Amino acid sequence: MAIRLKDLSAKPDLFSSGHRACPGCSAPTMIRQMLLAADCPVVVSSATGCMEVVTTIYPYTAWRVPFIHSAFENSAATCSGIEAAYRALKKRGKINREIRFIAMGGDGGTYDIGFQSLSGAMERGHRMLYICYDNEAYMNTGIQRSSSTPLGALTSTSQVGKVAWGKQQPRKDLTACMIAHNIPYVAQASPHNFRDFMTKVQKALATDGATFINVFSTCPRGWQFKTEDTMDILKLAVETCFWPLYEVENDKWTVNYKPKQKVPLIEWLKLQGRFKHLLRPENEPVVARLQRDVDRAWEELLKREADSKAAAPAPAAGPEEKK
Amino acid sequence: MTRTALTGNDAVAEALRQVNPDVAAVYPITPQTEMMHRFAEFVADGLVETEFVTVESEHSALSATIGASAAGSRAVTATSSQGLALMWEMLHIASGLRLPIVMPVVNRALSAPINIHCDHSDTMYSRDSGWIQIFSENSQEAYDNTIQAFRIAEHMSVRLPVMVTLDGFIISHTMETVDLLEDDEVRKFVGDFEAEYSLLDVDHPITVGSLFLPDYYFEAKRQEHEALINSFAVIEEVGKLYGELSGRKSGFFEAYRLDDAQLALVVMGSAAGTATEVVDELRGEGKPVGLLKIRLYRPFPTASITKVLARIPVVGVLDRAIAFGLEGGPVYHDVRSALYGQTTILQSFIAGLGGRDITPGHIRTMFDILADAKKRGKADDKTRFIGVRE
Repeated sequence: MAIRLKDLSAKPDLFSSGHRACPGCSAPTMIRQMLLAADCPVVVSSATGCMEVVTTIYPYTAWRVPFIHSAFENSAATCSGIEAAYRALKKRGKINREIRFIAMGGDGGTYDIGFQSLSGAMERGHRMLYICYDNEAYMNTGIQRSSSTPLGALTSTSQVGKVAWGKQQPRKDLTACMIAHNIPYVAQASPHNFRDFMTKVQKALATDGATFINVFSTCPRGWQFKTEDTMDILKLAVETCFWPLYEVENDKWTVNYKPKQKVPLIEWLKLQGRFKHLLRPENEPVVARLQRDVDRAWEELLKREADSKAAAPAPAAGPEEKK
Repeated sequence: MTRTALTGNDAVAEALRQVNPDVAAVYPITPQTEMMHRFAEFVADGLVETEFVTVESEHSALSATIGASAAGSRAVTATSSQGLALMWEMLHIASGLRLPIVMPVVNRALSAPINIHCDHSDTMYSRDSGWIQIFSENSQEAYDNTIQAFRIAEHMSVRLPVMVTLDGFIISHTMETVDLLEDDEVRKFVGDFEAEYSLLDVDHPITVGSLFLPDYYFEAKRQEHEALINSFAVIEEVGKLYGELSGRKSGFFEAYRLDDAQLALVVMGSAAGTATEVVDELRGEGKPVGLLKIRLYRPFPTASITKVLARIPVVGVLDRAIAFGLEGGPVYHDVRSALYGQTTILQSFIAGLGGRDITPGHIRTMFDILADAKKRGKADDKTRFIGVRE
């Protein structure tokens, strides 16, 4: 299962170049990693959004795996139907090979309009992996705020003006919502750490049940940064603990990466035009609140990890139980 | 053949059991729910091999059905009223992706005010969604239409979703005599479903649901329209073959005592039963009346309807839904279009909204109004609402 570049370079690339994503967008990188990680054939369903639009302009497609897009809010429901069809046809002997199913969507299609459909599919326990590429706003329609947009961020619908300083509400913690579904595998990842993300994809696809990975994703237009900085910005989101890399595997919490020295959040905010106004002195309290929220969530996460270690069952069966 | 007594919901559930689809994605709504209760019993007893997906909304019910159908399986769902309204977005996607889904719809009024009883407002407002729509008069027809729907939907020159409707409570919850075919007869009649393309054919990956910009969208929609027009011949053929198997013929519509009729009423759904009785009574009184019961509402068999109605001097059309902001209900306007350029006097009736009974008395009143129109040589400019408090 170890992810080695040497092995990856020998695998076929299932996501072609020539798609129309913007330079500096990390979502196609994530898709390429996702498909490279899979050890058996996959079928992908996608919500309406950037990655659907830029990869499937008829008569072209960037997908070398079966792909379906049907609407905005139903990637998970569509995928659950495909998975049900697979089980039915397998039962009837019409299919006899292993296939895995991945549903994906952006934060709009996952945190907001697709939240119900995601929740339903996870609760029903279809054997499918849902991957959210979270770039913290509705980028495809022109950078409107979503429930994933952070406090203080400028978007087309959370403007900075005489009385407002960007989004007035903190972001929703969707990963926590998915953990609360008690599904066997939930993780957060980022494509700058491809080994971590691809290992998580492999774990999720090997799990017999519904799994979820929330993947941080940059948008150079929405976030306003230099396109060549995309991987650095993702990395810094993890170094500041704004986007911790962690996983919850059958109630076992693991923080996959702990920065040696937590970088102050302001260093990450500074690189992005969407937070530019927060650098003004009058907005210092907003930055302070953002930092406080990050610190609190990070401490909570470390505590969860420690608690789950303490609660972990004793190592497997002693010799007297072995037959 | 087995003769038994079943409600409309149970009759459709029996048809679905006999077809034994691969996937059923369902969500509860009155009055459709009992159909899926029954089907869930078949699942629990191992009488079907169907994967039963109990989704969290009707939007997801049709979405999952779309996914299942695109994955090359035979997939069904069922709904009513608000559920159909919530599916609206997905109705167009199911037909646009050319997926042969079969969906029984138990007709129920749309909110507001909320009401759980029969009218046709739910299916009327989805008439332009690219689905084939077949209406049923009773449990027997609901059963027959459901079986035929699979063969129509899956025909290579059609490949479109089919909605089979039955009137809420009036049919769905009323026990009637139904003749069932044998299981193997049904399975042979519908045959095995072979998808032309499937998401599960991983060696030949396809992309479904691409973005069609102005350079291709128009052609795709035109082809969808042509498939719907092509379905006339298929629906006719399937009806004929089903007739040979069951002894019950199915056409685009049923003309009852129309040959020498001077006054005719056009109806859809359960009201046809009541209207047939009244036609017989009035004929007994020497009145030259007849009935046209439309079975196939989309695609609308315009040319055939012109042929059968054009020589009748006065025709009334009974709608169980309002076309808001326009005089005359939706079916009235389709019939009026079929009779354009003819001398027929055409009168619109609206009755039976929200489960209000359409009684024999109401049908008599309609024929009285038609007789009066004949005398006056013209119809009312306005819709006549029958059975409503003024």
